[in-house]
Amino acid sequence: MAVLTMAKAINDGLRAAMERDPKVLVMGEDVGKLGGVFRVTDGLQKDFGEQRVLDTPLAESGIIGTAVGLAIRGFRPVCEIQFDGFVFPGYDQIVSQLAKLHFRSQGRVPVPVVVRIPFGGGIGAVEHHSESPEALFAHVAGLKVVACSNASDAYWMIQQAIESDDPVIFFEPKRRYWEKAEVDLAATPTPLHASRVVRPGSSLTLAGYGPVLKTCLEAASAAEADGHDLEVIDLRTLSPLDLGPVFDSVRRTGRLVVVAEAPSETSVASEVCARVQEECFHSLEAPVLRVTGFDTPYPPSKCEEDYLPDLDRVLDAVDRSMGW
Amino acid sequence: MSAPQDWTPPTSSTPSSRPGPDHVVAGLKGTDEGGADLVQLLTPEGERVPDPRFDSYAADVDVEALKDLYRDLVLVRRFDREGNALQRQGQLGIWVPLLGQEAAQIGAGRAMAPQDMAFPSYREHGVAWARGVDPTELLGIFRGTDHGSWDPKATGFHLYTIVIGNQCLNATGYAMGQKFEGKVGDGPDSEATICFFGDGATSQGDVHEGFVWAAVYDAPVVFYCQNNQWAISEPTERQTRVPLYKRAQGYGFDGIRVDGNDVLACLAVTRWALEECRTGNGPVLIEAFTYRMDAHTTSDDPTRYRLADELELWKLKDPIERVRVHLVRSLGVEPEFFDGVQAESDALAARFRQHCVDMPAPGPERMFSQVYAEGSPAVDAQREAFLAYHSSFEGV
Repeated sequence: MAVLTMAKAINDGLRAAMERDPKVLVMGEDVGKLGGVFRVTDGLQKDFGEQRVLDTPLAESGIIGTAVGLAIRGFRPVCEIQFDGFVFPGYDQIVSQLAKLHFRSQGRVPVPVVVRIPFGGGIGAVEHHSESPEALFAHVAGLKVVACSNASDAYWMIQQAIESDDPVIFFEPKRRYWEKAEVDLAATPTPLHASRVVRPGSSLTLAGYGPVLKTCLEAASAAEADGHDLEVIDLRTLSPLDLGPVFDSVRRTGRLVVVAEAPSETSVASEVCARVQEECFHSLEAPVLRVTGFDTPYPPSKCEEDYLPDLDRVLDAVDRSMGW
Repeated sequence: MSAPQDWTPPTSSTPSSRPGPDHVVAGLKGTDEGGADLVQLLTPEGERVPDPRFDSYAADVDVEALKDLYRDLVLVRRFDREGNALQRQGQLGIWVPLLGQEAAQIGAGRAMAPQDMAFPSYREHGVAWARGVDPTELLGIFRGTDHGSWDPKATGFHLYTIVIGNQCLNATGYAMGQKFEGKVGDGPDSEATICFFGDGATSQGDVHEGFVWAAVYDAPVVFYCQNNQWAISEPTERQTRVPLYKRAQGYGFDGIRVDGNDVLACLAVTRWALEECRTGNGPVLIEAFTYRMDAHTTSDDPTRYRLADELELWKLKDPIERVRVHLVRSLGVEPEFFDGVQAESDALAARFRQHCVDMPAPGPERMFSQVYAEGSPAVDAQREAFLAYHSSFEGV
């Protein structure tokens, strides 16, 4: 059992995938000598060479567009986007080509590309460095979208994403990069597209993903003092959503609070709420609630403590739900 | 910051304050011959003219080979005209005509080796033909039954790309892959990629980024710009201040302008460019200087933005007629050959037409098919639910 930061876990996962399959490439701005702005790709170019770890020119459409071409050729590129808010110059290639080529070609042209995006706030960054655009990708048919929340998942999920024949948008919670966790390098991992109960409970279901998972677990511990036994579910896969465990949980607890950093309107959290009311209507004891970022652009970082769902806002929602 | 109070925007009639040779884009009007750098082997009058640099790349084109090229041009034009007619008859939702660009496409397509890969835009019916894609396989895109039914890997001809310029990056990435796999060099299995786009696409960021990536990775990709003078209603001077082929110099690779209505020159120049790429001297930008003689698509109305005189002038440079004249006057080809090509084109047109009306609708399963390589529970559930709903109408 290794104890790794999330950043190192992803690095080790990339290394394992590259060792297994010579067609796996890592590409992006500064991913080579520098090891990426978060050092997630540290040391890979030294060990695998400049043809497998490509320091690219500085243009996101170019990174994604050439990755699509390399995938058509038979490679498995893993693209790094430096920050969430910088993905949009590459969004056209992601939506118009990466997501649609398999469908357009009736399966003749798979495009097994992984796009890694460090996402979310909480690091005191300037504009465009703290966004949560996952709903924009989850809404696009043809893409698969996942978010890891801890080092163990990160280690396994990045390898599973690379092995997938579908394009995967891989969200990494950047404010959790330096948090350590045990990683069982010999484990049988949870499937990539599966949500998971990470804390069983009976009073209320808390569902979240990525950076807020830790907040959810802290809320569950804090709520124990009030006599509430919260179940926490890590959604992990945002497209396709795996809501079976959420439905099962809500049928037992009768209550659901969904937590995410992204703005609430038409979000992944909204979709979870809609599907739960469709499937679990007769089990619900209270309205399904969301605790999210606000429907504003991401604010200046001195405001982000108010913007991000914190322990108090989650507990407040728990209290409101339990009050019904 | 607000504009000064006395600032007024310049009007469109304000003359440019920056005159100079680079401001004048050579060859934008119907009377233009394409400039002094234009590579041409066969004049519009059907006269073979020497070119010391490129003659060797067409040296093997004997009478029989030139007759084959003529046949290509005629057949491609014929099914293109049928596509146009089928749209007018309501059989196709839209058609994208290639009229006038047959030589640019056949020359480039026939220059490719079997192992090469082409990344087309959406007007490359002639390149499709040269790559062995049956023309009937183009119909589904425009009739709405599929997004391209041919196998890109088997044909070396990628699917059409509708978003302007996207394919330049995809082609560059593919070419990088060819290089990474060691397919660049003097060996018999060396490969190259060719990417097709129009003059309008050169304004897109993806084309610029494709040039950057191709240059810094020495990717074996030929960028083949068919400058047909118009991007729907916007003329080339709305895209550039310099002749398009000269842009290559700024990226650090060769650019060349060829008479896009001269199939022999297009063949020779593209052969040279592909060879440059295969042997590691790429990328190369080719500007095939041509003219779109029909509308942008069947939804377009070029009479709103261009003069009929322009079209009449370009008709004098027709890519097919000059080959026919050369075959008859200089090479003595008998009328029977042309009669045979005509008959063949009639048969192709009839088959094309019949196939169009015979194409079955794909059915609702198509919507849910192959969205993901590994499936998706959500899509699977929607398919099952909708097909059950759909079948509930059976017998009603």
